[in-house]
Amino acid sequence: MGILGHFQKWLVEHSVPDWASYVVPALTGIIIALLFLFLMIIVFIYLERRGLGRFQIRPGPNRAGPWGVLQAFADFIKIVTKEDIVPYAADKPVHFLAPVVSFFSAIMILAVIPIQKDAYITNLNIGILYVSAISSLGAIAIFMAGYGSNNKYSLIAAMRGVAQLISYEVPVLLAIAGVLLISGSLGMVDIVESQNVPFILLQPLGFLIFFIGVGAELNRSPSDLMEAESELVTGYHIEYSGMKFALFYLGEYGHMVVASAVMTTIYLSGWKGPILPPAMWFLVKMVLVCLVFVWIRATFPRIRVDQLMSLAWKFLLPLALLNLFATALEVMWQDKIGWEQFPWPFVFLNLGLAIVFILVGSKLLFKTGGGQVEV
Amino acid sequence: MTVALSGKDLATRIGKAIPQMVISIADNSITVKSQGLFQVAKFLKETPGLEFDMLVNISGVDYLDYFEVVYHLVSLKHNHSIVLKTICLDRDNPVVPSVVSLWRGADFLEREEYDLMGIRFEGHPNLRRIYLWDGFKGHPLRRDYL
Amino acid sequence: MVLKSEPMLISMGPHHPSTHGVFRMRLVLDGEVIVDVEPMVGYLHRGIEKLAETRTYTQVIPLTDRLDYLGSMTNNWAYVIAVEKLASIKVPERAEYLRVIIGELMRISSHLMATGFLGNELGCTFTPLLYMFREREKIMDFFEMVCGQRLTYNYMRIGGMSQDIPEEFLPAVKKFVAEMPHYIDEYEQLLSENEILLARTKGVGILPRNLAISSSVTGPVLRASGVQWDLRKSDPYSIYDRFEFDIPTGTVSDVYDRYLVRIQEMRQSIRILEQAIKQLPAGEARSKVPLLLRPPVGEAYAHIESPKGELGFYLVSDGSIAPYRCRIRAPSFTNITALKDMLVGWKIADAVVIFGSIDIVLGEVDR
Repeated sequence: MGILGHFQKWLVEHSVPDWASYVVPALTGIIIALLFLFLMIIVFIYLERRGLGRFQIRPGPNRAGPWGVLQAFADFIKIVTKEDIVPYAADKPVHFLAPVVSFFSAIMILAVIPIQKDAYITNLNIGILYVSAISSLGAIAIFMAGYGSNNKYSLIAAMRGVAQLISYEVPVLLAIAGVLLISGSLGMVDIVESQNVPFILLQPLGFLIFFIGVGAELNRSPSDLMEAESELVTGYHIEYSGMKFALFYLGEYGHMVVASAVMTTIYLSGWKGPILPPAMWFLVKMVLVCLVFVWIRATFPRIRVDQLMSLAWKFLLPLALLNLFATALEVMWQDKIGWEQFPWPFVFLNLGLAIVFILVGSKLLFKTGGGQVEV
Repeated sequence: MTVALSGKDLATRIGKAIPQMVISIADNSITVKSQGLFQVAKFLKETPGLEFDMLVNISGVDYLDYFEVVYHLVSLKHNHSIVLKTICLDRDNPVVPSVVSLWRGADFLEREEYDLMGIRFEGHPNLRRIYLWDGFKGHPLRRDYL
Repeated sequence: MVLKSEPMLISMGPHHPSTHGVFRMRLVLDGEVIVDVEPMVGYLHRGIEKLAETRTYTQVIPLTDRLDYLGSMTNNWAYVIAVEKLASIKVPERAEYLRVIIGELMRISSHLMATGFLGNELGCTFTPLLYMFREREKIMDFFEMVCGQRLTYNYMRIGGMSQDIPEEFLPAVKKFVAEMPHYIDEYEQLLSENEILLARTKGVGILPRNLAISSSVTGPVLRASGVQWDLRKSDPYSIYDRFEFDIPTGTVSDVYDRYLVRIQEMRQSIRILEQAIKQLPAGEARSKVPLLLRPPVGEAYAHIESPKGELGFYLVSDGSIAPYRCRIRAPSFTNITALKDMLVGWKIADAVVIFGSIDIVLGEVDR
């Protein structure tokens, strides 16, 4: 039913007119989603800045508030009070709407994510399909930003960005398809419910592909070509300043929050766990995913755009197809063996298959991109 | 140890190959006429036993009556070095043949001398100012600039 | 029907976080592939050669600091050697050893910076840079102990050093030399076998050997192209013939080789430092030189192996207190001669990496 469903029932029982019993829970849902998103964004920003600092043998921000907790607020106040500069020859509506679209696609996914068994805004029975459809909107926002800025650097970055986002959606969706085969349903709550063993153990290859693909979709290093400060000087948001830049920044971290939430739901068995309350488990797992993202960002250099594309199309895509094939075979045998009683043999089988496929794929399929082009 | 070749032997060798170009000889340096600079440089680069394959430095010096262009050459193979000089007596329009086709490194060095001293290098593919902007009048490093 | 497309002209302009200063490259791009490169310099031209003609020989030394501002001590050293050659001044033994110690510390600091910024340009969000800066801070602390400055030292004088070292200098340097190989191992562990770094730098930006020699390229870039030419061994200045060390050379002359050459040179510098500290004699740090030095009429060219390449000073004297002509042969200026050949055919991301591997400092290029 969900909290909003209960709220609506309570309103109807207290004889509120019909239209209000739809509108008021909807508005409450929006406010709850925004508050949750902002709270988690602030936590993630704090973790990233302190985490990056510790990886780089320096403290990270620790002046604004105890242990630097208020740093995000200080940055927000600074950004909001900056002048909003729009280039003269920019395409004004496109330039204006791009940050809005970017942030918008992050919030909309939050509508279907369940934090606890009945703590969600809505339980669409096509939850995952909805999530993957909305996450494709991010590409449009980037292209609008790059094109509308009337700047060659941001156009190059936008082109790269759109190519990257579109390419990486395919392996991600195929990896999700592996999960769907095991769980049997598209709804988010059903996927969590069907995880007696977290799917990360049953689908190690799928998890790896999903992780790399989502890292590329979020512009996280090592695939942060769109905002490569050392080459294209912040890429597609060169010409943004003030609140629009803050919206892009919030949108980027919002996408990260939402992606961690989706990853927790699909692969890390959502809210299930022994001692702590279930909602707390969900948040702990989201924070763990965030920490792994920060760890990878602090460690690896950036790959080049042609190496990125060949990674997506020549390496991740065949592996995702092989993963899907193997999972389909195992689901067929499930009737004979029984998935719920003895998942552990499948765990080891899948782990072994993952290692074999990765080794074979990296030797046969993957060449690191093009080299010097004849001019 | 990089041996600084003595001017005298080298001058006799050059004099045998390309006559009447050497003007004067000092300890380690040879001064040649600017018309014969390219042939002398080519001789120095390609003769086996000399083979000066790296051009280290080009300097222009403004003695008030004449300009002097100094080339420091070194041979990585034989580990010896020489200083080659040439003189431009014309103060308003000093012209020296360019050695870019022998040593690629002369590209930026000659452009700098053109920019700051005003010495034109004939045969340079891209003789434009390198430090100062294109419409600048005058050549700052000359002694009579300010 | 072939689709008509125009090449795009982009100015990787003076304001760019990765061009090591105010350097401008005009790139002509076909999609992501670079078709033509034109480097444009001169944004930092301060006229140091002209200024040097109106200052006395000692007053030129602070001017030379500002050439390669990341390796000031070696700039001072080159100039001072040139004046000493011109005026035939002998330097005491202790001063020579001190010069070697300071010079090698400067080389380590400069290579740390070069390698750290190469990591930065490859995209590793400052992590290798900050690790290397941890050691560079220690070296800057030594220099502050010795002359009070952290960037433009102005420490060497004609005939020696400006003052002798304090007592805490040598024990601190000994401690640093003992623990530095462990830190270099740490950097190599982080970087040298990293898959992504290998994919980005191996085979990228090749400078063939003959082109390197013909373009007057010197320094680690030349040695990475396979040429065994280091002025400390080929034309030893100061007392370098008393020390034992190797010269690392590369084979493939790509960006990875240049990175490896710099790391190995740091190790060799540690070796030289150990020997120099052991052999440091007592004595004076400076020989008697008149305040207003008037060298005899003549000219001299002296060169040293600075961290960036061959740094040379060509001094012409006419017997007065100021040099008649002070010509600075800056390594970074000639090292960018072959930029076009190294960059054409690669992508924008490689442009930054290849350019960073040459390791130029704009103060030298523009003088």
